[in-house]
Amino acid sequence: MSTSPAHRATVVPESKLMSGAKILLECLVRENVDCIFGYPGGVTLPLYDAFYDHPIRHVLVRHEQNAAFAAEGYARSTGRVGVCCATSGPGATNLVTGLVDSMMDSIPVVAITGQVSTKLIGSDAFQEADTFGITRSCTKHNFLVKNIAELPQVIHEAFYIASSGRPGPVLVDIPKDVFQAQSHYTPVSAIHLPGYKVFTEGHTGQIRRAAQMMWEAKRPFVYAGGGIIAAAASEELRELVETLDAPAVNTLMGLGALPAEHPNFISMPGMHGSYAANMGMSNTDLLIALGVRFDDRVTGRLSAFAPHAKVIHVDIDPAEIGKNRAPDLPIVGDVKRVLQKLNKVLQELAPHHSERNAKDRAAWWQQVREWKAEHPLTPDVSTTEIKPQHVMREIDRLSGGRAIVASDVGQHQMWAAQFIRFSEPRLWLNSGGLGSMGFGLPAAIGAQFACPDKMVFAIVGDGGFQMSIPELATIANHGLPIKIVVVNNGYLGMVRQWQELFYNNRLCQVELNSFPDVKQLAGAYGFKGRTIEKPQELASALEEAVRENGPYLLNIRVSPYENVYPMVPAGGAINEMVLGPPQPVEA
Amino acid sequence: MLQIISVLVENKPGALMRITGLLSARGYNIESLTVARTLDPTLSRMSIVVDVEPQLRTQVIKQMNKLINVLQATDLTDTPAVKREMVLVRVRTQLNSRTAILKEAEIFGARVVDSSTEGFALEVTSESEKLDEFIDVMRSYGEIDVTRSGTVAVSLEAKKLRLSPPVPRTTPVEEADTIRN
Repeated sequence: MSTSPAHRATVVPESKLMSGAKILLECLVRENVDCIFGYPGGVTLPLYDAFYDHPIRHVLVRHEQNAAFAAEGYARSTGRVGVCCATSGPGATNLVTGLVDSMMDSIPVVAITGQVSTKLIGSDAFQEADTFGITRSCTKHNFLVKNIAELPQVIHEAFYIASSGRPGPVLVDIPKDVFQAQSHYTPVSAIHLPGYKVFTEGHTGQIRRAAQMMWEAKRPFVYAGGGIIAAAASEELRELVETLDAPAVNTLMGLGALPAEHPNFISMPGMHGSYAANMGMSNTDLLIALGVRFDDRVTGRLSAFAPHAKVIHVDIDPAEIGKNRAPDLPIVGDVKRVLQKLNKVLQELAPHHSERNAKDRAAWWQQVREWKAEHPLTPDVSTTEIKPQHVMREIDRLSGGRAIVASDVGQHQMWAAQFIRFSEPRLWLNSGGLGSMGFGLPAAIGAQFACPDKMVFAIVGDGGFQMSIPELATIANHGLPIKIVVVNNGYLGMVRQWQELFYNNRLCQVELNSFPDVKQLAGAYGFKGRTIEKPQELASALEEAVRENGPYLLNIRVSPYENVYPMVPAGGAINEMVLGPPQPVEA
Repeated sequence: MLQIISVLVENKPGALMRITGLLSARGYNIESLTVARTLDPTLSRMSIVVDVEPQLRTQVIKQMNKLINVLQATDLTDTPAVKREMVLVRVRTQLNSRTAILKEAEIFGARVVDSSTEGFALEVTSESEKLDEFIDVMRSYGEIDVTRSGTVAVSLEAKKLRLSPPVPRTTPVEEADTIRN
C-alpha cells in the first residue's frame, strides 16, 4: 500500500513531545488511515482540536451508528480497516450496533471512543458509560488506555488485531486527559501479542487428503462464503472450481467471490437461495466449505443439511470448525494459502484422477442443470405494477456487474442478492449476520468515500431508509453521487411476509404510512429526487439517476404484497423450499 | 456434568471479564473460579469449574483460546490432572464434642487453624467431594460457617505452550522515515 504525499509530510520526527491526541493521529497516519467517520463531543474536544489542521479526512456523519456503518462500508468495499470515532457515553453506545454488525460479518473496523478523564472514571460523570465493559462482547478485542505511554502501542495493536486472522472490530477507549497529556512520542517498531494466535498455513497432510477426497467425489459441491472475500482468494477459488469442474454457490456474504457469470456459479444458497443451490447442497456427496460458518440461514434444519455429504471445512477460525456441522476433514488456515496449496496438489493428482468418476460427474452436472432449468430464479415483471425483482434486474443491467451495491435489510436485500450479479468481490455490501436495518445508506457513504470513482447504489427499503434519513445531509454535504433506490412497498416487507405466512395474516405494526414526498425531501437537501410507480418508467428513471452527477433519490413504489421466494420456512430442511406464493384453489 | 477448565491468561484489566463473559453469554453458571498470578507476574492462571454440555465444551474452549489475552485454555475434565480445593470451616461446639471433632478432623486430614472456647476453625485441602463429606460431618456437631476456595487444578501432562512472536510494525514507519530523511 502506498503512502500518500499528504501522509508523508505529516510523519513527525522521533521522540518529540506531543499530546495524546496528536500521537493518536500520528499512529493513524502510520496505519495508512486516510478517512475517519465520526461525530465529536465533550471528551473528544482535544482530539477534534488536533483534527483541525490534520490532513486525515474526517467525515462528519449525523449519528454515531452511521459512523460505524460507514466505516464498515469503507472496509467492506476495500478490505482496508475502516475507522470511526465517537465521544463518550451516548456517542460510544450509539456505535454498538455497528460494532456487533462488523463482528458478525468479520469486518475490520477500529473504533476510537472518548472517555471521561481517568480521575472521573467510575464516578457517574457527565456522559460517562462503561464503554470498555459494554463493548467487550461486541468486539474482537477492546482497550481502555489509561496511560499515554501505552497509546501508540495500543493503536497499532488495534489495527493489527482488526485486520489479521479473522478480521473484526476493535475499540480503543481513550480518556480526555490522555488526549491532553504530553508525552515523548517514539514510533512503534513491533507489537507483541503472545496470546493472539493467527493460523495461516493449513496442515499439509490434511490438504493432501482434501485433494484426494475431491478427486474421489462423484458429486462435489463448493460452498464459498465471506472468508474468500476477506482473504482475497477469488482467483484461487476460481482455479479450484475449474480444476474440479464443480458447481459452486456463494453465500450472501460471499457474493462476488466467484463471478456471477462464471459457468460453474449456481447462485446463493439458503433460506432465500435458489432451488438449484439448495438441491445441490442437499444432494452432494462432498461439500467443500470455504470460509463459511454454516449459518442457520444457509443450512436450514441442521440435522437435515447436506445429509449425504462428507464435509471439508476450511476456515481461519478454529472455533468455526465443528461449531454447527462436524466436518469430515477440517483445515484451519487462511483460505487463500490453503487453496494455493490445494490447487497445486489437485494438479499433481490430476493425471491419476481427473478421468475418474467422469460419468458420475457428468450426470451430476446434468442433474444440477436440470434443477436450474426446473426452477430458475427469474424476476417477475408486470405491465401494471413495478415488481421489486424487476427493479433489481434493471439495476443489474445498469451495473453490468461492476457497481457497488450497498443494501439495507429485508426483502429488497434478498431480491438484490438473487438478481443483481457481481463480477468481483467487495461490490456487494450488506449486513448479513446481524441484519441491521439502517445499514445500507451509511455503508454506501463509506464505500463512496473509499471508492470515489465507482458507481454506488444504496438499495434500501422504506423502513430502513427512514432509519437513515439524517445521512442525506452527509451525502448532500459532500455531493456524494450515490444512487439511493428506495424499494417502497409501504410495509416492513419481510416481517409482513412472516406474519402472512406463519401468523395467520394478522398484520401487526408493519404498515409504514406517511412516507415523505421524496422530491421535496431530496429537494430540501438540495439534490434530485423522484417517485415512480409505473413499470414503463423504471428503466428511464434509473438511467436518469445514474446519469446524474450528484446524489439521486429514487423512490420506487413497488407491488405492495410481493414476497420473497423460494423460501425455506424456519426449521425446515433446505430442500423443502416453498417455491412461490400459495395459489388460489379453484372451486 | 461439571467441567474444569484451566486458563493461562495475561494479567491485564478486563481479562477475567472476557473469560467469564464467554460463559455468561451462553447462559452457563460458573460453579467456582480461582485466579492468581503465576511465576511470571504478567500472567495469571485460572481454574474454572462450570457446567457445560459436553458437546459444547470444545466450542467454549476454542472461544476462550481466541481471546487475545488468553495464552492457553485447556480442558482438564478428562485428562490426567490433580484437582484440589480448600475449605475453611468454623464450627461452634459444646465442650463435650471437642474431642470428637478433632478425631473427625484427623480422618479428613484437616488442620486446626484456630481454637477457642467457642469451637474451632479448621482447614482441609482435598477433592471437592471429600470436602462435601467433611462439611456434612462438621454440620452434625453444631453451627458452622464455610468458605470454599473453589477448585484449583494442575495438568499432569506437559502441554506445549505456543506463543505468537512479536510482529514488526514497520512498513509505513520505515517508508515514512526514509522519505523524510
